[in-house]
Amino acid sequence: MDQFTLNLIVVGATFALYIGIAVWARAGSTSEFYAAGRGVHPIVNGMATGADWMSAASFISMAGIIAFGGYDTSAYLMGWTGGYVLLAMLLAPYLRKFGKFTVPEFIGDRFYSQTARTVAVACLIIASITYVIGQMTGVGVAFSRFLEVDNTTGLLIGAAIVFFYAVIGGMKGITYTQVAQYVVLILAYTIPAFFISLQLTGNFLPPMGLFADATSTGEPLLTTLNGLLADLGFSSYTQQSDTTLNLFLFTVSLMIGTAGLPHVIVRFFTVPTVKDARYSAGWALVFIALLYLTAPAVGAMARLNLINTVYPNGTTEAPLAYDQRPEWVQKWEETGLLKFEDKNGDGLIQYVADKDANEFDVNRDIITLANPEIAQLPGWVIALVAAGGLAAALSTAAGLLMAISSAVSHDLIKSQINPEISEKGELLSARIAMAVAIAVATYLGLNPPGFAAQTVALAFGLAAASIFPALMMGIFSKRINNTGAVAGMLAGLIVTLVYIFLHKGWFFIAGTNSFTDADPLLLSIKSTSFGSIGALVNFVVAYFVSNATEDTPEEIKALVESVRTPRGSGAAVDH
Amino acid sequence: MASQQDNSAYWSKNISIIKGCLIVWFVSSFGLAILLRPLLSGIKIGGTDLGFWFAQQGSILVFLVLIFFYAWRMHKLDVEFGVDEE
Repeated sequence: MDQFTLNLIVVGATFALYIGIAVWARAGSTSEFYAAGRGVHPIVNGMATGADWMSAASFISMAGIIAFGGYDTSAYLMGWTGGYVLLAMLLAPYLRKFGKFTVPEFIGDRFYSQTARTVAVACLIIASITYVIGQMTGVGVAFSRFLEVDNTTGLLIGAAIVFFYAVIGGMKGITYTQVAQYVVLILAYTIPAFFISLQLTGNFLPPMGLFADATSTGEPLLTTLNGLLADLGFSSYTQQSDTTLNLFLFTVSLMIGTAGLPHVIVRFFTVPTVKDARYSAGWALVFIALLYLTAPAVGAMARLNLINTVYPNGTTEAPLAYDQRPEWVQKWEETGLLKFEDKNGDGLIQYVADKDANEFDVNRDIITLANPEIAQLPGWVIALVAAGGLAAALSTAAGLLMAISSAVSHDLIKSQINPEISEKGELLSARIAMAVAIAVATYLGLNPPGFAAQTVALAFGLAAASIFPALMMGIFSKRINNTGAVAGMLAGLIVTLVYIFLHKGWFFIAGTNSFTDADPLLLSIKSTSFGSIGALVNFVVAYFVSNATEDTPEEIKALVESVRTPRGSGAAVDH
Repeated sequence: MASQQDNSAYWSKNISIIKGCLIVWFVSSFGLAILLRPLLSGIKIGGTDLGFWFAQQGSILVFLVLIFFYAWRMHKLDVEFGVDEE
């Protein structure tokens, strides 16, 4: 059976599974649509959170980022997992006790302010839409490479699948399809990693293999890799290249951004109790860690395999001739994500650090997808990786679309435009909002704005600078009032946006920027790291403005008191 | 129904548990993996040093232990103060 047929069978089977689950888990009430009826087991929710959280960026891009970035990219590993510690201790249990449906709803109620709620809705929609564009383009890449359809067709098929289970099933349908998608994506990620680790080190566990001896040299894998990189003029894999200050702030930004992303927080509204919310965060991290502990090994091993492919007789001998390149190189050349330019006309592939002499340009996004082919693994593994990439992108897209549609139907329509709306009407408007959000996301996926790559920084920056501090202060302080919270959120938001715009151009228009990233004048703090400073500004402004204005009313103090203790969480189930 | 007094004692106990956990959280990631890495570079692990291991493996394992510890400890505290869910 050829590779294409195999891909088609495996991807087709997983899609049939998702649709089957969607039909089984239809949502009949707003509680089921927004919060899956609050009946999700904490382990099941942990798994769904894992799929919700691990996006095309985690599955497709992260190993490539690590492969080419080495030690500095540990910020992603620590940031995207350490955020769950903050979520488990500072946010999730109390927000579950609060027992409503959306993140802006808590901010609106706690700060007794429609303005605060509207600011939260705006942040949520901008962060989620920018995030969803990346998922849609990921779906397009996976489809066009593995199913040999063009990008547009691939994206439309993906959108149709999400439409089907998200609109019918709401949070309930999304939860159970995410569980299935988690299983697909984790198998697809770890199985090739087991094979590769075994090939390179003799140890089949990738996290152990990363620190084991390479069978080819008898020296540690990382020493071998550093040696090859040095021969070709690349910087060392294990050395720090970034400044310590920027590395520190970037990790903080990713952590608090993770804890503040609404599509992750709402997953903890679906479990029955506060106790379950705490444990569920732990289970979520267990399922996430399976991928995140494997990713650094995949990255280092892929870099090693890549060099060994180009220099089959070692870096001191002549590299591979272009007309003898393996089939996977030819396949990826067709997508434009891998390029060869014979600068010195010798017909050999020179892969070196020097930009003028380098002839081999590898897009880091192909590392995970091409990995099983580079390591010459069997066809079914390659097909599984294709299905895994699609599962990662679709599950995150569905979670984001859920967060957007509930913000529109619950926080805008029900709360501000038509409070008299019936439950049936709200459910219908949530489904319409979901359909519109999918259409917008598909359009943006087909016509990605030029700044698409930079917007992930924007999503994390917004979540870190506005949502996380507002939620935390709402729970841990009784003194922060409506004026303080709104002033803090706006201040955090504005300084972060201005800092990003100063580096990336105003509203991402090229050429209007005043700085390039890591300007020594700004202490080499990159725009992607600034969410942490924005959060600090938010905290400070909210504190001083609140203390200068009147105290919070008694009923708000009672509300804060009530979210702090678990007893009575059951009442929220039927609200 | 727990009294107001009980709740504030419960809350300050929760805060001190969180503080303890977050100190470990900080040391295992920002501390050992970033700020203290140069000091610990003498401790070798598989071709690199302890700081690198903490940056790519150790910190994540510590995070896992912390969350489960917190969930277990807080449930115990809930029962102690009679604010658990029946």
